[in-house]
Amino acid sequence: MINEVQRLLYKEFLLESRQKQSINGIVLYLVSTIFVCKMCFRSLPQPAAWNALFWIILLFASVNAVSKSFMQDSKARFIYLYSLASPEAVIVAKIIYNTLLMLLLSLIGFGIYVVLLGGNPIQNIPLFVADALLGSMGFSAILTTMSAIASRTNNSFTLMAVLSFPLLLPLLMTIIKISKNAIDGLDTSISYKYLLIVLAINVITGVLSYLLFPYLWKD
Amino acid sequence: MSLPGFSVIYYFLIFGRTKTRMNIQKNWWKLLAAVLLFYTVILGFLGPVPAREILNETIRNLYFHVPMWFGMMTLLAISVVYGIKHLNKNEMRYDIIAREAAHTGVAMGILGLITGSLWARYTWGTWWTSDTKLNGAAITMLIYFAYFILRGSVEDEQKRARLAAVYSLFAFVMMIVFIMILPRMEDSLHPGNGGNPGFSKYDLSSQMRLVFYPAVLGWVLLGVWIMNVRIRLALLEEQMHNKESSWNDILDKH
Repeated sequence: MINEVQRLLYKEFLLESRQKQSINGIVLYLVSTIFVCKMCFRSLPQPAAWNALFWIILLFASVNAVSKSFMQDSKARFIYLYSLASPEAVIVAKIIYNTLLMLLLSLIGFGIYVVLLGGNPIQNIPLFVADALLGSMGFSAILTTMSAIASRTNNSFTLMAVLSFPLLLPLLMTIIKISKNAIDGLDTSISYKYLLIVLAINVITGVLSYLLFPYLWKD
Repeated sequence: MSLPGFSVIYYFLIFGRTKTRMNIQKNWWKLLAAVLLFYTVILGFLGPVPAREILNETIRNLYFHVPMWFGMMTLLAISVVYGIKHLNKNEMRYDIIAREAAHTGVAMGILGLITGSLWARYTWGTWWTSDTKLNGAAITMLIYFAYFILRGSVEDEQKRARLAAVYSLFAFVMMIVFIMILPRMEDSLHPGNGGNPGFSKYDLSSQMRLVFYPAVLGWVLLGVWIMNVRIRLALLEEQMHNKESSWNDILDKH
């Protein structure tokens, strides 16, 4: 199982390194979105709005980035893949890969965001990092499974957004809350209960994805 | 007219005109639902309630607004359970039950939103306010609308049933997070959340409990009854469809 996951992850990285345009496309999407926000808002003095906008931009970028994880491959390649690996290994590998992708996106996004829209010094950096890490995991677990569902339907791109946005909302609201606390420099102990919620959502959605994915891929 | 009188009339309105007798042993709960709802409506509007500031007579909405959510939760739970059953056994009958339970549950949820909105207008002074509990309820409806859109965009029956079952599990879990967990963590105007007292605090003399508990049971049973009728109708339609297609097959052959 672990061996399989490792090999699948290696395959994902290999594919990504060969088709650099897809990851470059997502980064460009992020940059353009932030630039649009920069042109529209000029500056965002209030920390609350600054914080919310950052996560909303990341939400849209991540839906775009993850939605391709099951839509881009051809049907024949899927069948080949599934004859080689177990479905559990496939979903675990995809979730891990997407978590890393989301972490990379949030890092790049944060850099560009601070440069373009002006910095808002984050006073509790460890909390913010923990928030981004947990958030990436949760986003990746929900979005990967929703992408698997949406890729099986007729209008997959619309459905991807419709299915995942309302499901992501509890996670998104909690993440925004934590990162607001991090910006305000509140003590980490105040955010423990929110971190616990995010962790709980991650565990639940991760387990659900792992258990339910075998039903999604067999046609 | 007294309460038993109403129930008897109701009984004959529903069961009296058909030739077949109602099987009491099988359908006693439908009768119970009717009796409980008559009791709820009559005592709910006429019975004594504690006089409270701001709430005044709107406190009677407790018998209508809160049971709607109980009904919705019950029906959506049924929907999820039958979704899982479908994933295990792969029987289309379970998928139909899951679908109709979700339909009825969402209808009750919408009624819950409407009664809640009315109540908010006369106590908080606004139809809608950005509150964790209210938003959670609205987003739950969004999640289930997405569920119906998902069902609509898959043509293959087996695949549709499987995808819908998987999504409904996610939807149910997120609904629990949204209307049970998040509102308790943050500030909320809604009774029972964010440090606000629930209605058990207001009702010291337990007058309202005498109506509230039967009301919950009655509305839940009514929801299950509506679901039951819808499922039977859907199964009949399915049978008719199958007969028609097999009849067409025979016509094609000859």
